[in-house]
Amino acid sequence: MNLRRIAAVTSKEWREIIRDRMFLLLAFLMPVAWMIVFGYGLALDVENISFVVVDRDHTSLSREYLHRFVKSRYFTFHGELAGEREADVWLQSGKAQAVIIVPEKFQEHLLSGQPANVQTLIDGTFPLRADITKGYGIAINSAFSEERLVDYFSHRSGISHAQAEVRVRPITLEVRYLYNEEVRSTWSMVPALVMFTLMLSSPLLTALGIVREKETGSIYNIYSSTVTRIEFLAGKLFPYVLISWVNAVVLWVMATLWFGVPFKGNLLFFLAASLVFVLSSTGIGLLVSLLVRTQIAALLITMIVSILPTILYSGLIVPVSSLTPGSQIQAHLFPGMYYTNIVRGAFLKGVGPEVLWVDVLALAVYAAVLRIVGYRLFTKRPRS
Amino acid sequence: MKSVLGPSSQRAVIWWRRLVVMTRKEMLQLFRDVPIVVFLVYSFTLAIYITGNGLRSQLHNASLAIYDADHSVSSRELIHKFQTPYFRLEGEIADPQEGLRLLDRGKAMAILEIPPRFHEQLVAGEPTAVQLLVDTTNSPQGLSAASYAARIVARFGQETALARVGSSEESSQNLPVIESDHRVWYNPDQNEAWFESISHLLRQITIFAILLPAAALVREKERGTVEQLLVSPLTPLQIMLPKVLSMTVVILCATAVGLFGIMQPVFGVPIKGSIVLFFGLTALFVFTTAGMGLAAATLARNQAQVGMMTLFAVAPMLLLSGLMAPMEAMPEWVRHLMVLSPLRYFIEITHGILLKGTGLKILWDSVLAMAVLGAALFGFGMWRFRRQFE
Repeated sequence: MNLRRIAAVTSKEWREIIRDRMFLLLAFLMPVAWMIVFGYGLALDVENISFVVVDRDHTSLSREYLHRFVKSRYFTFHGELAGEREADVWLQSGKAQAVIIVPEKFQEHLLSGQPANVQTLIDGTFPLRADITKGYGIAINSAFSEERLVDYFSHRSGISHAQAEVRVRPITLEVRYLYNEEVRSTWSMVPALVMFTLMLSSPLLTALGIVREKETGSIYNIYSSTVTRIEFLAGKLFPYVLISWVNAVVLWVMATLWFGVPFKGNLLFFLAASLVFVLSSTGIGLLVSLLVRTQIAALLITMIVSILPTILYSGLIVPVSSLTPGSQIQAHLFPGMYYTNIVRGAFLKGVGPEVLWVDVLALAVYAAVLRIVGYRLFTKRPRS
Repeated sequence: MKSVLGPSSQRAVIWWRRLVVMTRKEMLQLFRDVPIVVFLVYSFTLAIYITGNGLRSQLHNASLAIYDADHSVSSRELIHKFQTPYFRLEGEIADPQEGLRLLDRGKAMAILEIPPRFHEQLVAGEPTAVQLLVDTTNSPQGLSAASYAARIVARFGQETALARVGSSEESSQNLPVIESDHRVWYNPDQNEAWFESISHLLRQITIFAILLPAAALVREKERGTVEQLLVSPLTPLQIMLPKVLSMTVVILCATAVGLFGIMQPVFGVPIKGSIVLFFGLTALFVFTTAGMGLAAATLARNQAQVGMMTLFAVAPMLLLSGLMAPMEAMPEWVRHLMVLSPLRYFIEITHGILLKGTGLKILWDSVLAMAVLGAALFGFGMWRFRRQFE
């Protein structure tokens, strides 16, 4: 291995990148732009669920009950319907996601100590939203039920209000949120976005590197030169690793200074781990570019193997533990998941190598394996 | 043989023939690229199967460790209530410090702490509290875990309290409570495979439709073969349109394979509405999305640039159009921005036709918006293309 030859390949590649202004601009602009768009825009909390009501009771109690939904920040009230038949249109057109139907004699039943059955129709096209809507509904219902029960017990058994409350709600659940005490969505999203951005941009940057030369035929210059395989691959990858790593640093600065996410961990460790990650994500691009002949195929395949698993299996949105065993295997096959553990750990939990060494090791193995496979696949004697 | 057609219709025939020939050429080029064909097949079959089967966006199996300082009948009963699918018990821990270590390591998502004298207080009718420590590095999931836990604890508390008071007539049927009765429409069993497989199909269509025609056009520019096409009797429209048409045909076939080969037989995804309408609008969606790619292609000089540009556009489309989180939860400016995302309309259309069985009567506004967007993008692309080469 000759360092000067590596440097020569690198400087050639670097010059090509620099000369393509648009490419260079996009390589640095994209991570920053995404960070801003997703950092502010990607809200995963289900709120503003549109609902309409059918109130068949029209009493003060039914109105008081429905008001709970109206004033809840999770629901947005869209009006009262005359009957259940109209509900169909509202749900079908997607103008409302829930219809709450208060039965006749709602007040009468509750005041006489009878249960009242409230029906909620929920649009189930988006199961996550349906489930959360159900959850919010149940929470409001049980809070209201508890109040009715307290009234009922204190009235009937002649015990004090406080005693009745204990009877109705003997156990309280005290919840403590750790690492992100105010449960801010930005704090949990932004570090993961560092992973997301690098995971998408760096393979694509790299993927075109070798296949571009194959498609235009300029790779024959390399084939006929004294540059060895390993020197070519090392020199070729270096600029892309560097760009991606610089982007990691830029994203870190944005996360801490712009979004104000606390960084509790060790910066040196984070930078080193990011370098390992970048080595493995660029490795994906390298592998793709060795397997295909055309840039169009390289683009398509890199996008499919980088975007989709990153959105679905990296722990960005759905935690890996929620996946079924089959998908968990898939999650472990992509580097995104390990780096998500590292960024969230280093930013929010403040843990370091003592905990995250497993993830760093996995990434290192990943990077090494991809490079060994790449080295084996790359040959200076073109087949056929 | 003498033609029975007039000169103008003859020209139309030739025009169409050229279009067909060019479309065939695009198809041949696409299918000669073996890796693309392999990925096309994988994406619309196996990938949909894996995602539909494995991906769950609701909280599942949140790993829960227990610190039980009471070890009584009641504490065990309470622990027993934390069950799958929402929680998975990771076992008991000996002291609270160990719980924190588990959270640090990500081995547990939540720790439930039951205080000493829990049972005693419960029996005596005194108020008591249990504590839940939740990892909120993934905040929406952390909140879900807390809300499920709150529901479980509240129900357990009420049950035990009422059982304790438990005299005959005070069974829960005879109390002034609200019984929640939920009917989930369009997906009564809340089968997540329906949603996830549909979502995945839409994601794949988006990527293929935006990238392939765009890259095919830039490739002609990069290699200079576009000059050959321009000196031929082809009009710019006849050069651009076939790239979209060929992709549309390929995607429609792939969608049919995915829908009838995987989604319907394996996951039981219903097709309640008109299948013709669905495929017609899929074609419109491909056209609109491809228009977006082509517009980018006229701005790019080489395939690397167009690749970066499409990636730049496609990631926000996939994340913010309403597949990952419902549209109405997004901040207002995102909702305005996503007016430009054809995927946003197509999600509504697909869910409408497949799951709800709606037709054009309700979906017309989404269809119209998508058509207008497509026409605008395609028009912009044509205008740029003409200006560059004429």
